[in-house]
Amino acid sequence: MATIAAAPTYAPSTAASNTGMWSWITTVDHKRIAVMYLYTSLFFFMFGGLEAVIIRTQLIAPNGTILNAEIYNQLMTMHGTTMIFLAVMPLSAVFFNFLIPLQIGARDVAFPRLNAFSYWVYLFGGIVITMPIFFALAPNAGWFGYAPLTTPQFSPGVNIDYWVIGLQILGISSLAAGFNFITTIINMRAPGMNLMRMPIFTWMALVTQFLIILAFPAITVALIFLQFDRFFGTQFYAIAAGADPLLWQHLFWIFGHPEVYILVLPAFGLVSEIIPTFSRKPLFGYPVMVYSGILIGFLGFGVWAHHMFAVGMGPIADTMFSMMTLLIAIPTGVKIFNWISTMWGGALRFTTAMLFAIGLVSLFTIGGISGVMHGSPPADLQQTDTYFVVAHFHYVLFGGSIMAIFGGIYLYFPKMFGRLMNETLGKWHFWLYFIGMNLTFFPMHYAGMLGMPRRIYRYDGGQGWELFNLISTIGSYMLVVATAIFVYNFFRSRRSGAIATSDPWGAGTLEWSIPSPAPEYNFAEIPTVRSRYPVWDIKSSEHGAHEIPHGELGEIHMRDHSMDTASTEVEPAPKSAKELGIVLPNNTVMPAIAALSIALSSLGLVLMRNENKTVGVVWSVVSAIMIFVSIYYWMTTPLEDEH
Amino acid sequence: MATTAHAGTVDPHKGHHYTTTGLDNRKIGLWAFLGSECMLFGTLIATYLSYKGKSVAGPRPHEWVCAATNVVSDSPIANCVGQMFTPILDIPVTSASTFVLLMSSLAMVLSHNAVVHKNVPKNTFWERVRGSSKLWLAMTAFLGMAFLAFQTYEFTSFYHEGLKLSTNLFGSSFFTLTGFHGGHVTFGVLWLWTLFAIDVKRGLGPDDATNVDLLALYWHFVDVVWIAIFTLVYLIK
Repeated sequence: MATIAAAPTYAPSTAASNTGMWSWITTVDHKRIAVMYLYTSLFFFMFGGLEAVIIRTQLIAPNGTILNAEIYNQLMTMHGTTMIFLAVMPLSAVFFNFLIPLQIGARDVAFPRLNAFSYWVYLFGGIVITMPIFFALAPNAGWFGYAPLTTPQFSPGVNIDYWVIGLQILGISSLAAGFNFITTIINMRAPGMNLMRMPIFTWMALVTQFLIILAFPAITVALIFLQFDRFFGTQFYAIAAGADPLLWQHLFWIFGHPEVYILVLPAFGLVSEIIPTFSRKPLFGYPVMVYSGILIGFLGFGVWAHHMFAVGMGPIADTMFSMMTLLIAIPTGVKIFNWISTMWGGALRFTTAMLFAIGLVSLFTIGGISGVMHGSPPADLQQTDTYFVVAHFHYVLFGGSIMAIFGGIYLYFPKMFGRLMNETLGKWHFWLYFIGMNLTFFPMHYAGMLGMPRRIYRYDGGQGWELFNLISTIGSYMLVVATAIFVYNFFRSRRSGAIATSDPWGAGTLEWSIPSPAPEYNFAEIPTVRSRYPVWDIKSSEHGAHEIPHGELGEIHMRDHSMDTASTEVEPAPKSAKELGIVLPNNTVMPAIAALSIALSSLGLVLMRNENKTVGVVWSVVSAIMIFVSIYYWMTTPLEDEH
Repeated sequence: MATTAHAGTVDPHKGHHYTTTGLDNRKIGLWAFLGSECMLFGTLIATYLSYKGKSVAGPRPHEWVCAATNVVSDSPIANCVGQMFTPILDIPVTSASTFVLLMSSLAMVLSHNAVVHKNVPKNTFWERVRGSSKLWLAMTAFLGMAFLAFQTYEFTSFYHEGLKLSTNLFGSSFFTLTGFHGGHVTFGVLWLWTLFAIDVKRGLGPDDATNVDLLALYWHFVDVVWIAIFTLVYLIK
């Protein structure tokens, strides 16, 4: 496979509005927002990974000395918080942003400026929650911040203030994106793109957005109570005043369990795109894949208390939640078998993306099985709060979400940047991830079964945990090496990767019918869709050629889809939006200013409680005015010019 | 080619203003938002209900409490020494404010109706009254503001009777729940005056029906939430 280091087949648009820092700050283009999400969330992914490696180094041998208990708590809390809210969720948002409009045949999302707003709120919220760690003031009560531990009585310091406020800001980002994507998917599909023709990724994205908009209010309210307890003296979590010590746990997990599916359903969607592409077969059991995704979403709301078996809810509650939990194994198992059946008899090509997808199928199954184990209360009482649980959720989150997300990056890199990532380095990345991941997390099952509690910052020797911890730490170093290879590959391919054609993988969904990288207007003409894999139809039927959605597609002929993913043919440069007479939304800085003001106004609360009341109030009022003014300008400026 | 026979009159291939359902994007976005709001108020109401009767001190919604001994009773406590808290909730006053808010929804419907039929000729005085979108938008806003005035009065008198945000679980959960609802009404009132200002400036016509419709959807939702709060918090003991 030749790596051609020539210029792209066509020069990317260089209109004045599309270059420079300012164009990124003001952009409302879903593809550029996706790229910003990608860079930011990869940064946070590595930041959270660094925290994990420091933790693992502390635990490499008994009685580790590099961290004290306080700093360990901060690193552990921030590792969880960072990975869930700042890495995996926004890494999924990369694909929501980039793919949803392309897969349904739309020019952009329903509310482009709200989309930019979501990104900026995420960035500033991430900064608010991450910044304190540089002053050793990071949140320190675990990623699920159990109250009353987090009430002012037990956590008087500023640490939890940042956590509460940071999560509240991040919630705004997710909710705004949720309303946006739901509207986009329901209302902006191209003609003929009925629901049962939608690509599975878009389907899973739709289910995920419903989970987000229905689950996030629960944590929003739980955080509001905690905020009020901390800042205004309410007593929601004050046990002495008669408060229920389980209120937080219930509210948090009513959000927290759907959150698990918010993290993993987009990954299922990506895998459902990768496997058919590299099996040269349509997805096996498409309708069942859709229904099982919806069913997972529904059941996800009925299982929250399986995180709380150990608190003593009584046999009836334990039994009901256990039954609901075990039920979820059914739709999840259906998905696993459908992916295997898709590969069965297919013309498999083991590209890096495909390897990552197969990695998910195998690793998620392991995590799913240990999940079924502690879905049963008697077993859970042995396993709760041990490393067994840590092993379980890393198998589903790393083995599931992260594997699929990296698979998705390898698959969609050409559509984003017009070049292919290097496959050799990609395979190194995959195998080091796959082996390193198992080395890191598999021994944790044994350590947990031997009684090693999670969240401890050191342990005594002689309990049989030494070997397992040593292996885990070595495995985590392999993950660091693999991530470094990925980063090198990413930037190298960005600069000099092989030039990609419009459909380098021979995939079938709509996003592959347009040039790579996708032009700013996506589709020169909105396509009409007649099947689940429109691009495959065009390539395999002669008589369909005159009904091609995109003019450029007419030139595509059946290519040999072996490992030849690099292009030697030069595709015509796509026309600019102006030449085609397409009116695109105008850039605006107002969403970024509104987002910044929201973060600043929340910091005013921290000032109010910890520094100076007057300064805090003035600070909050000034930023509130900024929010109002920026939103006023946003609302009173038309989205696009008259035409 | 049945697949292209969609609602929406604009050529779908031009991509503009065409939507899959034929509905305005904002309307679908607002419905999704209201779904999310249901969960928000549902969580607030559930917390209020689960904390009902759990307060260890201070005033209660429906009962008398003797401050010194924390004895709780359904009737005035005879032998209470010192301060005795009376039931906090004033149902007749809140019934009046509930009526005001329900009437504001009627005015909202009339505003929408007036905007939709702006171009229909009006001959009689009553037709002109009914067709005045300015009148009904202002009426809705005033009724909303009257509701907020009732709430302000209610909060102030509760405060003077000894119930603060930090007094007990009842104070925390009651003020947070009703305060959030009041915040939603306030936002709706601002939205109403914004539309009123546009109406004064250039006049709202049938083309603006969706704009008014969105506000009406939000306003009715806030109204329905109040009906739930009034029933569950005030009426059920």
